[in-house]
Amino acid sequence: MKRMIALGFEGSANKIGVGVVTLDGTILSNPRHTYITPPGQGFLPRETAHHHLEHVLPLVKEALETAQISLKDVDCLCYTKGPGMGAPLQVSAVVVRVLSQLWKIPIVGVNHCVAHIEMGRVVTGAEDPVVLYVSGGNTQVIAYSEGKYRIFGETIDIAIGNCLDRFARVLMLSNDPSPGYNIEQLAKKGEKFIDLPYVVKGMDVSFSGILSYIEAEAEQKLKNNECTPADLCYSLQETLFAMLVEITERAMAHCDKKDVLIVGGVGCNERLQGMMRVMCGERGGKLFATDDRYCIDNGAMIAYTGLLAYAHGSTTPLEKSTFTQRFRTDEVWAVWRDEHESEIKST
Amino acid sequence: METEANGESGSLVLIKQGAEARVFESTFAGRKCVVKERFSKKYRHPTLDAKLTLKRLYAEARCLTKARKVGVVTPVLYAVDTVSHSLTFEYVEGLSVKDHFLEFGSKRVGLENTDEFALQIGNTIGKLHDGGVVHGDLTTSNMLWRDGKLVLIDFGLSFVSTLPEDKAVDLYVLERALLSMHSSLGNVMEKVLAAYRKSSKQWCSTLNKLADGMILYYNTVLSFHCGLFF
Repeated sequence: MKRMIALGFEGSANKIGVGVVTLDGTILSNPRHTYITPPGQGFLPRETAHHHLEHVLPLVKEALETAQISLKDVDCLCYTKGPGMGAPLQVSAVVVRVLSQLWKIPIVGVNHCVAHIEMGRVVTGAEDPVVLYVSGGNTQVIAYSEGKYRIFGETIDIAIGNCLDRFARVLMLSNDPSPGYNIEQLAKKGEKFIDLPYVVKGMDVSFSGILSYIEAEAEQKLKNNECTPADLCYSLQETLFAMLVEITERAMAHCDKKDVLIVGGVGCNERLQGMMRVMCGERGGKLFATDDRYCIDNGAMIAYTGLLAYAHGSTTPLEKSTFTQRFRTDEVWAVWRDEHESEIKST
Repeated sequence: METEANGESGSLVLIKQGAEARVFESTFAGRKCVVKERFSKKYRHPTLDAKLTLKRLYAEARCLTKARKVGVVTPVLYAVDTVSHSLTFEYVEGLSVKDHFLEFGSKRVGLENTDEFALQIGNTIGKLHDGGVVHGDLTTSNMLWRDGKLVLIDFGLSFVSTLPEDKAVDLYVLERALLSMHSSLGNVMEKVLAAYRKSSKQWCSTLNKLADGMILYYNTVLSFHCGLFF
């Protein structure tokens, strides 16, 4: 029997990625390119979109070549419909529309957050975990219930990755490979714990106040030689991650689930994984986490999730192949997640 | 330490284990008591952990005391131990409102049985909110029934607030709890709110928020709560 293959396009933030995936979750190719800005600067939508435009077609070529497939083998074209930055999102949407008409292949629009979850599940084998989705644009605690991925707790202002990235800019850390990675490395050298605000409100968290506080504190303390940049990174990570683990634990208690899956760019952070592992261990559960290949935005996760929907008869007609900056995780019916899930995958 | 005088004499029997605390039954100066001990979280930095555990211990003790001051019946707080992070309370004899309601449900008794319960629940919450305390976890398992009087327990998620939003969320949580656990008893919440209206001077702004919030919460986060939480 012919295996189903999808080509997926991801470009919701500063990475453009194209992935080729089969329905059983085998990744045939998954190249991506990251738009890296100079230290002290973030990425702006227009420039990021230009970067994506420049790289998307070579990536498509590379993806098809590495996967050793031709156009005829592709069953559907999947793209990130949202959430994300408008201008970068537009690139994948436009490319997919053009290719769909040239190649006569149907389109499937995919929710970025759901794609992270599905990729995490297929890579780790986690069946029904509480999901902590942490990235530069999103911070959510999610669990599956009655057909949808429901959001239990989330940030009420900025995302955790945004908080870390912006603090990296204050310290003028490099954005290569990512500001968060450089904070993590620097934090390993930190010794002194600096007291920071801790903001958990029920199931939700807030980071913007902590960022303002540490930005002001950093200037003062570094000037007076009271601490090192490493101490600041260490304290910031310890505080922010403790907040995340706490709300994740609440969600686990509420919905009576034992395992945790961490997805999203910040999910690569080994300190966060370590803390979460301790918490899971205390509750008799397991932590499922992935490395930067799957945690960080990539085309394969879009391809895989789109293919799941496609296999269940869901496609996006051309006139509806739009993109949107606001697209909540719980707007999507996860039609592939029912009791027949395993049967469908095996066919 | 106050607890040392009595503490070790009474053996500790575990009643409940939560995410943040363990609850034991014991004796305090010859009386039956309940000990709620917050434990440390191994995953977080020791300094941060000590700060949070202590802060929450104080908050719970303060909110419970404040609630008593404004006339809400709560267990008496016997002792606060900042070393073992535990609070010692009076032991309240009696079933929870949840147990009573479940019994009404299973015996299919007349719905008027819940009238007195609803009245006291509404009165109690009204008093609590006017006193500036938001309970944070209003469920029927956190309400005990002692000799025909309501006793409110577990102020572990309580905080001081005068915002109508916070109070409305408090009521909303209770409504979801009643709906999911006790829907066979008819609209108990309506009776609770009627009593709340009479007992709280600020009922109007709170209930307006509750009405606004219903729409908002149905669409977002709390729509899940009704499905799974209770």
